[in-house]
Amino acid sequence: MTGATRRDGYPVRVTVNGAARTVEVSSTETLLDALRWNLDLTGSKECCAEGECGACTVLVDGRAVNSCLVLAVESDGLDITTVEGLETGGPAGGRLSRLQDAFLEKGAVQCGFCIPGMVMAAQALLNENPHPRPDEVREGLAGNLCRCAGYQRIVDAVLLAAEEDA
Amino acid sequence: MRPFSYARPASLGETFDLLDSAGPGEIRPLVGGTDLIVGLQSGRIRPDVVVDLKHLADLPAGIEQVDGRLRISAPTSLTDIIGDARIRTWFPALAEAASTVGSVQIRNRASLTGNICNASPAFDTGPALLVHDAVVLLSSRDGDRRVPVADFVLGPRRTDLRAGEIATAVELPVPETPLRASFARLTRRRGVDLATLSLCCVVGPRRTRFAFGAVAPRPFVVDDDSGVLADPSSSPEDRDEVLRAMTAQASPITDVRGGADYRQAMLLVLGRRALAAARSRPVQSQPDGAR
Repeated sequence: MTGATRRDGYPVRVTVNGAARTVEVSSTETLLDALRWNLDLTGSKECCAEGECGACTVLVDGRAVNSCLVLAVESDGLDITTVEGLETGGPAGGRLSRLQDAFLEKGAVQCGFCIPGMVMAAQALLNENPHPRPDEVREGLAGNLCRCAGYQRIVDAVLLAAEEDA
Repeated sequence: MRPFSYARPASLGETFDLLDSAGPGEIRPLVGGTDLIVGLQSGRIRPDVVVDLKHLADLPAGIEQVDGRLRISAPTSLTDIIGDARIRTWFPALAEAASTVGSVQIRNRASLTGNICNASPAFDTGPALLVHDAVVLLSSRDGDRRVPVADFVLGPRRTDLRAGEIATAVELPVPETPLRASFARLTRRRGVDLATLSLCCVVGPRRTRFAFGAVAPRPFVVDDDSGVLADPSSSPEDRDEVLRAMTAQASPITDVRGGADYRQAMLLVLGRRALAAARSRPVQSQPDGAR
């Protein structure tokens, strides 16, 4: 892949939510574009497109990443988890994860736009630190903005999920 | 985003070939992409070729100890730097500074060399790199050269990187005696904000060193050899006088993050805090689980 004039038609092989996928992308597409438009996984949201808001957060090789700041073409070989991948029992008729249930139980969702990114950032945090303190939850979610409801119930939901996991 | 071609060389040799064969247009190295892609999106950066440096067999991500130096290779993420026991022990101010960059998501991708090469006057790791005498390793077909970070960053968005070169690592001299170092940063909000100002302090037996960021076109470092700052019995007035003299080089600007006067005033306040934090820091000479 060293052509100096190519702009599109780059094949990208990725594992998305456990399944091997191959997509063709142009150099200017982001990973977020590829997920939403090529793979029809519209859970990840585009908002600021500059790494401020976290609405596009996905897990790359287990770590939370802003998918708007990754080129689709550089994703070749990566293992990606999107919010759609948290359900158990398959995307059709599956069950929400414990963390997702906790968001509902605590009423953490108002408009919902930021929530897929919040959930993925929280999932990354819980993977590394299954029992975070409230300040650790806030630090873990510092890269995610909510503009309509607030953060307290979101933090409560993450703490509830961690507690249930005990 | 203006179209460009993407290259994924497998070795440094292939990378130098690409740099040599590039036409008159711009060629941009890519590591974490957290600054580059923002620049591509806004149109501020308009390269013809983007060269991904994350898959070079002879430049893997990682931190190794070489001849009394700790070498952090270019593809190493800030998250991995923050988590390294040697960094936390020998360069605690760098670990602290790196952990304030952006957010978890940003730090999982962003690199230290990228943070340096982006050359923002407010780059968070700048003061820590300066107090620790960090050096940028620049590689080209003709060999390597080492340039102190203090000299490598020339001004806003300007570095000493030459045609045909890439920054392949950052090196930090392992201190012979443990250092008491601290980092202080002023922002409007805690997460995902650029620094209104940032600084680092290292207190030695006699010499005290400060480096300042976001208050000049590039970060700068100043030493105090009077012993006043290192002396626990010196008066607050005397210490303030030394601190004021040390910040004389600062030429802060007024922007959305703060006024010039405010920044100047806060330099003293944060300087006092960083000094107190560095002096009270317990010193540990060997990394946890020393190797």
